[in-house]
Amino acid sequence: METLAALATGFGVALQPANLLWGVVGVTLGTAIGVLPGVGPALTVAMLLPLTAKLDPTGALILFAGIYYGAMYGGSTTTILLNTPGESASIATALEGNRMAKRGRAGPALATAAIGSFVAGTIAVVLLTLVAPVVVEFALKFGPAEYFALMVFAFVTVAAVLGASMARGLAMLFLGLLLGLVGIDDQTGQMRFAFGVPELMDGIDVVVLAVGLFAVGEALYVAAYQSRMGETLEKMSGSLWMSREDWKRSWPAWLRATAIGFPFGTIPAGGAEIPTFLSYAAEKRLTKRPEEFGHGAIEGVAGPEAANNAASTGVLVPLLTLGIPTSATAAILLAAFQNYGLQPGPLLFQSQAALVWGLIASMYVGNVLLLVLNLPLIGLWVKVLAIPRPLLYAGILVFATLGAYSLHQSWVDLLTLYVFGLAGFAMRRWGFPVAPAVIGLILGPLAESQFRRAMAISQGDPAVFLERPIAATLLALTVLLVLAPWVWKVVRERRALR
Amino acid sequence: MNRRRFTQAALGALAAAQFPGLARAQAIANLKMMIPANPGGGWDQTGRALAAAMQSAKVAGSVQFDNKGGAGGTLGLAQFINTAKGDPNALMVGGMVMVGGILLNKSAVDLSMVTPIARLTSEYEIVVVPAASPHKSMADLMNAYKADPGKVSWHGGSAGGTDHILAGLIVRAAGGDPAKVNYVAAKGGGDQIANIIGGHVTAGIAGISEFAEHVKGGRMRALAVSSPERKEGIPTLKEQGLDVVLGNWRSVFGGPGLSAAQRDGLVGTVKAAVDSPAWKETLAKYGWDSAWLSGDAFKAFLDEDTKRVAAILDSLGLRK
Repeated sequence: METLAALATGFGVALQPANLLWGVVGVTLGTAIGVLPGVGPALTVAMLLPLTAKLDPTGALILFAGIYYGAMYGGSTTTILLNTPGESASIATALEGNRMAKRGRAGPALATAAIGSFVAGTIAVVLLTLVAPVVVEFALKFGPAEYFALMVFAFVTVAAVLGASMARGLAMLFLGLLLGLVGIDDQTGQMRFAFGVPELMDGIDVVVLAVGLFAVGEALYVAAYQSRMGETLEKMSGSLWMSREDWKRSWPAWLRATAIGFPFGTIPAGGAEIPTFLSYAAEKRLTKRPEEFGHGAIEGVAGPEAANNAASTGVLVPLLTLGIPTSATAAILLAAFQNYGLQPGPLLFQSQAALVWGLIASMYVGNVLLLVLNLPLIGLWVKVLAIPRPLLYAGILVFATLGAYSLHQSWVDLLTLYVFGLAGFAMRRWGFPVAPAVIGLILGPLAESQFRRAMAISQGDPAVFLERPIAATLLALTVLLVLAPWVWKVVRERRALR
Repeated sequence: MNRRRFTQAALGALAAAQFPGLARAQAIANLKMMIPANPGGGWDQTGRALAAAMQSAKVAGSVQFDNKGGAGGTLGLAQFINTAKGDPNALMVGGMVMVGGILLNKSAVDLSMVTPIARLTSEYEIVVVPAASPHKSMADLMNAYKADPGKVSWHGGSAGGTDHILAGLIVRAAGGDPAKVNYVAAKGGGDQIANIIGGHVTAGIAGISEFAEHVKGGRMRALAVSSPERKEGIPTLKEQGLDVVLGNWRSVFGGPGLSAAQRDGLVGTVKAAVDSPAWKETLAKYGWDSAWLSGDAFKAFLDEDTKRVAAILDSLGLRK
């Protein structure tokens, strides 16, 4: 009860008119910068953070929350409309979101992203309020062995559902894993696959790879085959808003995604990428309309977007209860706290209850403001797609180039972008799925370093993955997922024979 | 203008007259700060606190942070070398850990490729165990080590860094073989803290400030500090019979290929931040000692320390 009273006080502060105004400013600015391709939420927040320095703590936190949610949503908007994800957590959204936009359903895609984020954010805030201290104890049980098992689980589930052909999907996954090895090995500092090129020493940036494969590859494909494709971008068909059926298909996805995303956010090395892909995989498996996946299924947007938002709220659990920042955004929040002389950690809930609950209330108010401000704008955003195709794709190329260059101001990134653009073109031309390559690049290095840490702790004994209950359970689940469809098929065939 | 402001301004003008290259702190509108470690560790604290001090001293406008952890900071160093060439608006955090990481890994990038700006702080190290650990003192931990060296996992920053060196020195002081230390490298920060609190490793090593909050909160137990005297009531390694004293230093670097004027400009900017009250508060909060050394003097120190660290790594048999 004390908690609820404290939360109510937090809301009382957050809802003062001046603070609300800061929230509106934050959401607007965040969205405006976040829609720039290649600019992800972390970068947007970092760019706009100095704005918050001049305000009192509550005002600053609300402005921050507004910027953060605005930036996340702005990023989803470009991802859906232009296929240029600005950070690794929006890559799963691109898979179905852009297909929906192409089929003239950009409106519902943007709406399900916004409402899904709101729903997931709401539930995650409630969970944060009620279960943070319990959840964090569980999250701490994740050591290197558990993380590795989790990554294997993610690899297998995601790889199994992407693309029509298992062989092609796996080929692309391994291409991604290979690309992930490029650069300095983070355990021993040795150079791998860099061929003495200094620009390759810090590896291949996943955003450059994704934008190259998705956006540039697509633009080249359209340029090469437009005359033969016949179909044009479908005009906005039907309503801008979600139909009854869209709602019916979206809400279970939002809920499932929250259930996946929040726990991932709470474990210290969870991140937001894995839950978005897992949510995509879950929706693809559970949908009643598997034929729509790959051509713009609304569940495929609703899930990853909600998972992303739930995970980023989950990140607050280790930050507030343990003082452990686990994402770039959390590090910025930590810095914001420290600007006010506060040290998040076990003692923060007791010593600075008002501020903690003020922050949680601010995050929530930021979420609501986002919905209120952005839903009416959807009509405006989708007009982007009314631009004639040659101009639109030329524009996408320009924005993709700008986005890739803005990351590190390096021409090598541009070269990488176009090389992968050509590769993306070839992959589309010969029917290889693009997403597994991106997933391989994201998860490969993470899985590798956790595996090596686990093996170091166990002194080279691989039994560590089976002796620890959480790791063993995850691996068993993985085996089950791989074998179940096959066993199921055999059983059914036997029955049919009878 | 009140009197204090006036005095500062006057002193500033005086300093400017005496050291034309140093004192003119150039304001940087958009500062880029490379932090070659994951969020939450000592370099992250240093970079973010320095940027905040620069802002409070009005010598920096907006700051764009880039966290890139791994391999003793050489991943971030490689990226910094690639992106900050000739850029007088870019800084990178670094320190003794990077010196060791580069030596141990025979890294293809090293600190001679960037521009030394200033050494900022020094800090002693702390050895901790999870709160639930059976080890109550260094003697307990060393007994466990002697029984089975491989079973005791030491979790610290990158291989070859200060944390790794300390583990090696401790083991040698206890009569063990430093090459047998089962050292598990973290990219620094949140990940490492979670692995220790969660009990996934036997012991953890970091700068005192990195673990202080968790020791106070009761989730970690401090066994020893590497300083000559006790810190925060924690016994030293020396008084527990392990003859080891080791400090860590942290610094900032500018991009490759800066002109002398650009370098002096950056030194002046950082100096203005270090002189601000905000930075003094930071030092007090984290328990860091100021260790200001800039420009050529810092460069000379860097060369000396590289030799010193190389000698320690060799004597511990860590460098192969």
